[in-house]
Amino acid sequence: MTIERADIEKLAELARIEINEATIAETTQSIADVLALVDQLQAADTEGVEPMAHPTDAIQRLRADEVTEINHREEFQAIAPATEAGLYLVPKVID
Amino acid sequence: MEWETVIGLEVHAQLATKSKIFSGSSTTFGAEPNTQASALDLAMPGTLPVPNEQAYRYAIMFGLAIDADIARTSVFERKNYFYPDLPKAYQTTQLEKPIVGPGHVEIELADGTKKTIRIHHAHLEEDAGKSLHEDFHGMSGIDLNRAGTPLVEIVSEPDMRSSEEAVAFAKKLHSIVTSLGICDGEMSQGSMRFDVNISVRKPGEELGTRTETKNLNSFRFMEDAIKLEVERQIDLIEDGGKVIQETRLYNGDTKQARSMRSKEEANDYRYFPCPDLLPVVIEDDYIESIRKELPELPDARQERFITQYGLSSYDASALGSDANMALYFETAAKDSGDTKLTANWIMGELSARLNSADLSIKHSPLSAEQLAGMVSRIADGTISSKMAKQVFDGMWNNGGDADSIIEDQGLKQVSDSGAIEAMVDEVIANSDKQVDNFRNADESKRPKMLGYFVGQIMKASKGQANPQQVNEILLKKLNDLL
Amino acid sequence: MNDSIMHNKTIAEIIAGLEAGEFTSVEITQHYLKRIKQLDRKYNSYITVNETSALAQAEAADQRRAKGNAPAFCGVPIAHKDIFCTNGIRTSCGSKMLDNFVPPYDATVVENFANAGAVVLGKTNMDEFAMGSSNETSFYGPVKNPWNINTVPGGSSGGSAAAIAAHLAPGATATDTGGSIRQPAALCGITGLKPTYGRVSRWGMIAFASSLDQGGPMARTAEDCALMLNVMASFDPKDSTSIDREVPDYTTNLNQSLNGLKIGIPREYFEEGLNPGTEQAVKNALAELEKQGATLVSISLPHTKLAVPAYYVIAPAEASANLSRFDGVRYGHRCEDPKDLRDMYMRTRAEGFGEEVKRRILVGAYCLSAGYYDAYYRKAQQVRRLIKQDFVDAFEKVDVIMGPTSPSPAFEFGSKGSDPVAMYLEDIYTIATNLAGLPGMSAPCGFVDNKPVGLQIIGNYFDESRMLNVAHQFQLATGWHKRSPEGLELEEAK
Ligand SMILES: [Mg+2]
Ligand SMILES: [Zn+2]
Repeated sequence: MTIERADIEKLAELARIEINEATIAETTQSIADVLALVDQLQAADTEGVEPMAHPTDAIQRLRADEVTEINHREEFQAIAPATEAGLYLVPKVID
Repeated sequence: MEWETVIGLEVHAQLATKSKIFSGSSTTFGAEPNTQASALDLAMPGTLPVPNEQAYRYAIMFGLAIDADIARTSVFERKNYFYPDLPKAYQTTQLEKPIVGPGHVEIELADGTKKTIRIHHAHLEEDAGKSLHEDFHGMSGIDLNRAGTPLVEIVSEPDMRSSEEAVAFAKKLHSIVTSLGICDGEMSQGSMRFDVNISVRKPGEELGTRTETKNLNSFRFMEDAIKLEVERQIDLIEDGGKVIQETRLYNGDTKQARSMRSKEEANDYRYFPCPDLLPVVIEDDYIESIRKELPELPDARQERFITQYGLSSYDASALGSDANMALYFETAAKDSGDTKLTANWIMGELSARLNSADLSIKHSPLSAEQLAGMVSRIADGTISSKMAKQVFDGMWNNGGDADSIIEDQGLKQVSDSGAIEAMVDEVIANSDKQVDNFRNADESKRPKMLGYFVGQIMKASKGQANPQQVNEILLKKLNDLL
Repeated sequence: MNDSIMHNKTIAEIIAGLEAGEFTSVEITQHYLKRIKQLDRKYNSYITVNETSALAQAEAADQRRAKGNAPAFCGVPIAHKDIFCTNGIRTSCGSKMLDNFVPPYDATVVENFANAGAVVLGKTNMDEFAMGSSNETSFYGPVKNPWNINTVPGGSSGGSAAAIAAHLAPGATATDTGGSIRQPAALCGITGLKPTYGRVSRWGMIAFASSLDQGGPMARTAEDCALMLNVMASFDPKDSTSIDREVPDYTTNLNQSLNGLKIGIPREYFEEGLNPGTEQAVKNALAELEKQGATLVSISLPHTKLAVPAYYVIAPAEASANLSRFDGVRYGHRCEDPKDLRDMYMRTRAEGFGEEVKRRILVGAYCLSAGYYDAYYRKAQQVRRLIKQDFVDAFEKVDVIMGPTSPSPAFEFGSKGSDPVAMYLEDIYTIATNLAGLPGMSAPCGFVDNKPVGLQIIGNYFDESRMLNVAHQFQLATGWHKRSPEGLELEEAK
């Protein structure tokens, strides 16, 4: 699988990470190296093998529908970058 | 050749759980911003989700109500995208293995025709928070109280062919989820939101390119938005243009829609099974125990209203489709003892008032008990229907019960036949000309001429004479003069 | 009490000393704090030292012990890897992104130790978000290996390992996603155990790859690891992947004989790429265990070579989503003067994350993206099952599996260069157990050029007791775990 600068730019956009123009070539190369490593998977015969998402066969427990949390807004917002009137502030959201 | 409209719906219904789908935060509507956002809801590092059983139970109830397969194993996945109201930058939802498989519902149109709409699947997921766009020094404010509220997303097949069908389907879903008690159905609070996929084609052709109009939160907006979009697409194609696949936003106030993003700009959501959550395995016994406790569904209730209360199928549908409406009706009918009169008052005056005040029956200022109190006074002849309007106004505006309003405003109807007879005699004595006319008129025209006399008598009684008695006595006395 | 003796004590000896009233928790805590202050400049094993709160905890522990009925661990000082959230104490995860993050809650592991009366000396250094095998990716600078400060301590739990090796803590918590407990334990000549997935709660442990991450203890001896695991392991209803299974007393079986033990030796763990000195040390260790009555059984784990490729799809994929929450909105780093929302995300994350973290996020996003999911993510999950099956088959025949923990001893800083793949192969023997969810541990078993070598012991699911038994018996018979690097004395003691 060859990976190019344009792929990295697309991934950077998806992952919301700005890529430095000065290092993009290096980044592209190192990601190509990693992908070359993981490409070894293609040689494996996995026909009919059920994908495994969890190491154990455990099943999900469900919790009772109870309100167990209390308001901690002051504590939580004390460590926030920007708040006002109990709201988290971010640059204008346009949908 | 005519254009055919093809519509599919994605409906988000907030489940009426006490706590959120993955945390123990309250889901109560209207709290101060971010006071119902726990460490997990804020996606603080290290926090982990544990699913709410009630959300699962509710989703299964819905599945059973639409005759769907319930997945014995369902899996939560992560849908990745960045947005400030989505704290983890992924939504925990279901894709490959949703809890509810294919099902169907039946809708009934105004002309009485019935149609089956297939449901592709329904899945559980978490709601996002809210962005508030008031200006905070050019910034937006984020409230995460709603983040993590459980939703069931119901995805239909593209089986609807008009806005009428789409609205009927949406109303039917509203009626099902409220009847099940799994969603409060409060559209104005966003408890139910509709995404509408619309395309047009010539009949027999393949499906056209569709657009998705998102987040419609009233039936009226939905109807208007569909009409607008269908018109836009047809105009576009007839002018030689092409519909592009895009997401659109409808503004109910301006009655306009605009494009949000096209498919090219669409996100690559990178779904994958959430590693913090394990597959949910549901046993048959569990499903059967839920089935046994399933509340009455709207179709069954409407049938029952026809047989039990002798309602017309139109009335049964008006009163029986919405669970809160049905509860209101049954409570009031039982209290008042007069089913038909109760039905008429609910569908007439009460519905009109609620409508113009933009209130749902659940938030009616007039309780079922209050209405019943008034209806029984009409039924037992204490007040006339006309006086009842005044009583209704009094209760609507100031509360209180019918009896005290009747008492306070002196609205008691005069049903003393002696007193009425005296009034009738007096009016006849003072209406020589009208009595002569009556006498000389053709028999078939006489009933129409009673109006004048009744009017005079009611005026004399200040509206309090029992109209039925007035009619009887008057007719008898006039006939005696013939 | 002689200071130099105090910091040479194992946790078991500290417990005995506290019980016997030889010293107080305050005394030993003060002793460690003083050592950290003087010596850690050299090793950089701590990110945050909890001077004030540690002494308060020690005082409380002494009072609790005086009242009687104190739990065994009461008053024992330890350190927490800076990946475990600590209420009111900065938890950075080795990242600039969380440099200012003070959690308002404790991880379950932290709570378990607090309930047991442990004293928390501080938070140990680590590879950023636990991504690394050399501790070179920490925002707080690399940790130096106490055996040779020109070499790496391993990673990602390099701070915990180095702190123990330098006697700056008798034990520390750590986490292991692909070898992050075992490899630094091997490189620093200490003992570390990664439990069965689900044995130790992940609540409050900052996630790297959720289906692989597992917390575990690091200490100088297997017995100390058992004592720590007794505190650490619990069923936690707050963690959906926590297993509801009784926690045994891990010290109970320590003294069992190894007579009749069947040890599986995977052929694939002794092939090319293994340092000859490391191989020799491991073989010597196996011979010692044979002497104690164990039988060596040659086995095959045929999908071993696919473990690293599968891991570098699954771990980055999970990480790419787990680390999306670091967006500058609710906590952590936010860039200066964002010009719009997109700019805030792009610069916050570009500035807050280091190169290795960014690389893994991008690789993960790639493996999950439209058109690549089946070829990478799905394929890796299928291979994951094959790898697990290899172990399941092997454990039909043997009780434990053994081999080297790491292909070579500690390497010099910068020596793995710019090729991330060279670094990834460091974990070639440890990664498969994470994919399978099996427990694994590393115990010192010799030296190459005065650098420690680790023996890896892989157990069956929930068989930590037996692994600890094997390691303990090995340690009773050999003295490798007792050796300490030079230069650990305080200046005033010299
Ligand atoms: Mg949707
Ligand atoms: Zn949805």
